[in-house]
Order: sequence, then C-alpha cells, then structure tokens
Amino acid sequence: MANNKQERLFMNWQWFHRLGSPRWFYEKTDAWVPWLVILAWGLLLVGTVWGLGFAPMDAKQKDSYRIIYVHVPVAFISMACYYIMAIAGAVGLIWKMKLPYMVMKSAAPIGFAFTIIVLATGSIWGRPTWGTWWEWDGRMTSYLVLSFLYLGIIALQNAFQSRDTADKASAILALVGTVNIPIIYKSVDWWYTLHQPASLNLTSAPKIHISMLYPLFTMIAASYIFFTLVLILYTRAEILRRESKTQWVKDLASGVPSKGDKA
Amino acid sequence: MKFQFDSVDAFLKMGGHGAFVWASYVIVYAILIYLTLAPVLSKKTFLKQQKKLLHLQKKSPENSQ
Amino acid sequence: MAKSPSLFGATFRRDLLLAFRHKGEMINPLVFFLIAISLIPLGIGPEKALLMRIAPGILWVMALLATLLSLDNLFRSDFDDGTLEQLLISPHPLYLSVLAKVLAYWLATGLPLTLLSPVLGGMLSLPSGAFIALCSSLLIGSAAMSLIGAVGAALTVGLRKGGLLISLIVMPLYVPILIFGASAVTEAARGNPFDVQLAVLGAILAIALLLAPLATAGALRVSVNG
Repeated sequence: MANNKQERLFMNWQWFHRLGSPRWFYEKTDAWVPWLVILAWGLLLVGTVWGLGFAPMDAKQKDSYRIIYVHVPVAFISMACYYIMAIAGAVGLIWKMKLPYMVMKSAAPIGFAFTIIVLATGSIWGRPTWGTWWEWDGRMTSYLVLSFLYLGIIALQNAFQSRDTADKASAILALVGTVNIPIIYKSVDWWYTLHQPASLNLTSAPKIHISMLYPLFTMIAASYIFFTLVLILYTRAEILRRESKTQWVKDLASGVPSKGDKA
Repeated sequence: MKFQFDSVDAFLKMGGHGAFVWASYVIVYAILIYLTLAPVLSKKTFLKQQKKLLHLQKKSPENSQ
Repeated sequence: MAKSPSLFGATFRRDLLLAFRHKGEMINPLVFFLIAISLIPLGIGPEKALLMRIAPGILWVMALLATLLSLDNLFRSDFDDGTLEQLLISPHPLYLSVLAKVLAYWLATGLPLTLLSPVLGGMLSLPSGAFIALCSSLLIGSAAMSLIGAVGAALTVGLRKGGLLISLIVMPLYVPILIFGASAVTEAARGNPFDVQLAVLGAILAIALLLAPLATAGALRVSVNG
C-alpha cells in the first residue's frame, strides 16, 4: 500500500520534470496528432454543416447570423490562447525550462491568426447587420487591442539575437499583458456604453433558440481541440529547430528509425 | 432537425446574405487549414535541410584527406 | 553602508540632474506635442465647434504619443555607460532604483507635458470648464504612463533600434488610461462631473506603482544579461 502511494508521488514528480524535455514531448505527441486531427476537423465539419444548414434561421438577422458559428468559438480560443501563452512563459521563467518557452513562442502567431479571424468575421457580420464594414463596438475594439498585444509579442520575439533573451523578454511582456487584458476589456466596454448607450452589442445574439446553441457548442468544442492540435504541431516544429544540434534530431533527419514520425 | 433551405441555390444565397456568410466561412477555413498545414510543412522542410547538411558534413572529412 | 532610502534619493537626484543637463531631450516631447496639436486644425479645418468637440480626445492622444517618444531615453544612457549594470548588482532593491528613475523621468517629461496642456487646450478651443480635468487627468495619467512605459523601455533597452518596438509594445497597455483620461476631459467639457474617471485613473496609477517596477526590474535583468 505504502509502495503504491510512493510510486504514484514519484510518477507525478517525474511527469513534471519530463515536461522540461522537448524530446519527450515530441515523441509522446507522435501518437496523439492523428487522433487530434480527426477529432478537431471532424467536429469542425460537423458543427459547420449543422450551423450552416440545419440550425433554424434567426428572426432578426435572418441567415447572416450563421457567422456566429465561426466568430464566437474562435473569439473564445483567441483569448484562451493568450493565457496559455502567458502561463507557458511564466513556467519557463520560474522553473527555467526549455519546453514552455517553445510552447509560448508557438502560441503567439496562432493567437494572432485567431484574432484576425475574429476581426474579419466580425467586420463581415457587421456589414449586413449594421451597414458598415467596421463598427467600433466594445467586443471588436477589445479584439483589435488583443491583436496588437499578440503583434507586440511576435515583434519582441524576433527582435533579439539571443534566443534566451527573446524568450525571457517575451514571457515578461506576456505576463504584463495578462494583467492588462481584464482592465483593457472593462475599459473598452465602459467606453462603448458611454458613447453608444442604446446600441445592441453585435456579438450577443438577441434571442437565441436552444436549437441554435447545439451547433455552437459543437463548434466551441471543436475550436478548443483544434487549438490544441495546432499548438502541438507548431511546438513540434519549434522543438526540432531548437534542438537541431542534438543526436536524436540528427537521427530523425537522416532517417534513422526510432519511434516513428507521423506529423 | 431538417435542412433549412429549399434548394442548393437558396443555400448559397442565404436570403441575400450569402456573400457575407460564405466569405466568412471561406476566410476562416483558409486560415484554419493554413494553421494545420504550415507547421507540418515547415517541419518536413527543416528535416530535409538537416539531412542535406548532415550528408555534406559526412562528405567533407573524406574530401579534405 | 548606505540605507535603501538614500540610494533612492541619490538615484533620483542624479537622474533629475542629468535630465536638466540635457534640456534638448526634455524639450523634444513638448515640441512634438505643440506641433502635432497644431497640425490638427490644419488637417481638419479651423471650425471652432468641431475642434471643441474633438479637443479632449486629441489632446490626450497627442500627450500619449509624446510620452511614447521619449521612453527610449529612460534607460538607454545608463545602459550604454554601464551604470545600469551597477544598479543591477547593487545590494539595494532594484524596485526602488527603478521607482526613483521613473519618478525623475516623469518630473522631466510627464509633468511639463501636463503644464503645457492648457495652452494647447486653448488652441483647440477647449471649453473653460475642462481645463482642470485636463490637467488633473494628465497629471495622474502621465505618471501611470511613465511607469508602464518603463516596462517597455526596459524590455528593449538591449536593442539598438528599440524605438518603434517600444510603441508597439506599450500602446495597447495605454488604452485604459487613454479611455478614462479623455473621458474625464470630455465630461468636464460638457459640464458633467468627472470624479469617476479620475478615481479609475488613480486606481490604475496605484496598480502601476505596485507592479510596474517589478516587471521593469525583471526586464532590466533580462536585457542587461542578454
């Protein structure tokens, strides 16, 4: 009995320290990737078809509301991505591990791409709804600022000669951004109500029917799984780049068979 | 749960908002596909480069004899 | 063995002295502020009603930009001549040294901007009721901007051309300050109370006073050791 408990504690500790090993991560995720691809893209397609073709039409916005099925889920993950990025940076700073920094670096362009999706779909959605291509509403403006935060991280990452300095500096910036995001969001929200008190918020659908929610939940789940997939893919590529001098990467490159390589 | 549109044509037109809805979905899917494929491609290219590099490194000690 | 408060005092006095010796660097943001404000009527037209309406926002945006311009100077000269390294290896808390430098910097840049603002407000036909709001919001806001901007300056001090990067990094962080600062002046111009806005600005300043020097200290260590 005591042995089991000790074993379990030992395993937990091991697991945490293994997180410091990029090679472990790379080899572990080999098996995960194909499943994640199937799950993510499967759910995306199911949710898309459901939302586009089978969810009932909205009374006010007619069929243009269907943009919600891509706009809202990606909005959620673009925010989640920033927090993952910041947490990875914090872990890297505190425990001085390599892998978290690689995850942090991978998350930045992904999150930025997500904010582009949110801004583009939000803008396109605004056109038939409000008649203008850009509307400075609270949500959209917050996401615009979020995209700037991502750009700052990406720019800082690429500005330094030393990989180590770039990582630490970006981690600090990401953490500073994290503290600011709620403040920014609240301020922009307040600013918007100040200037347009009676207007409806674009991204809160007025009366949403339960049958409209199912495809939305599907898409939200799909987007989180997709984010996990893509973050892993980018991190794997980053691992190889950074660890190119190690034997295991050299073996991988020259085709020496080890544990198999799917994506 | 039934299909909401009478015909494929109606599905594409989306009650006049077709251009907006489809443009959104196309943009989103294009970016999602890019996010999925780009890292895989980049990794494969990197491995190919490294293979060439290693190959050259192996050769040069023999040549400089 | 010098106690912490006196290192604070020494750093503060030294930085203030250096700032006043480089009056050119002090004048630059003020001149920018002046010229940029003057461009507005040239771009938009001299119609007083329009100018009056946009004056609060424009004044705040330009003050923000002027602050951004001079941020690079905060740590650069100390980085270049090795003084920064000395501060880092000194046994005194870096938090206090950073605070001293930012305070001196604010007195040399943010405060003059605040004092100049009524003149520029007059140029943009700002209603008379808004001047107090303008000065008080800028006073608190520029202090907060100096503190937060110091983080950006510390992150990029190791780079040769850090200027534009600082702006990119710091501007999103300034958004809340801008929103509440401009709103204070706008409301005052309409004759409404603006204490809520000032209170929020004060809260932001308090948070910045607590946290920004920590982040700045960390960033300085990264930049100097990198």
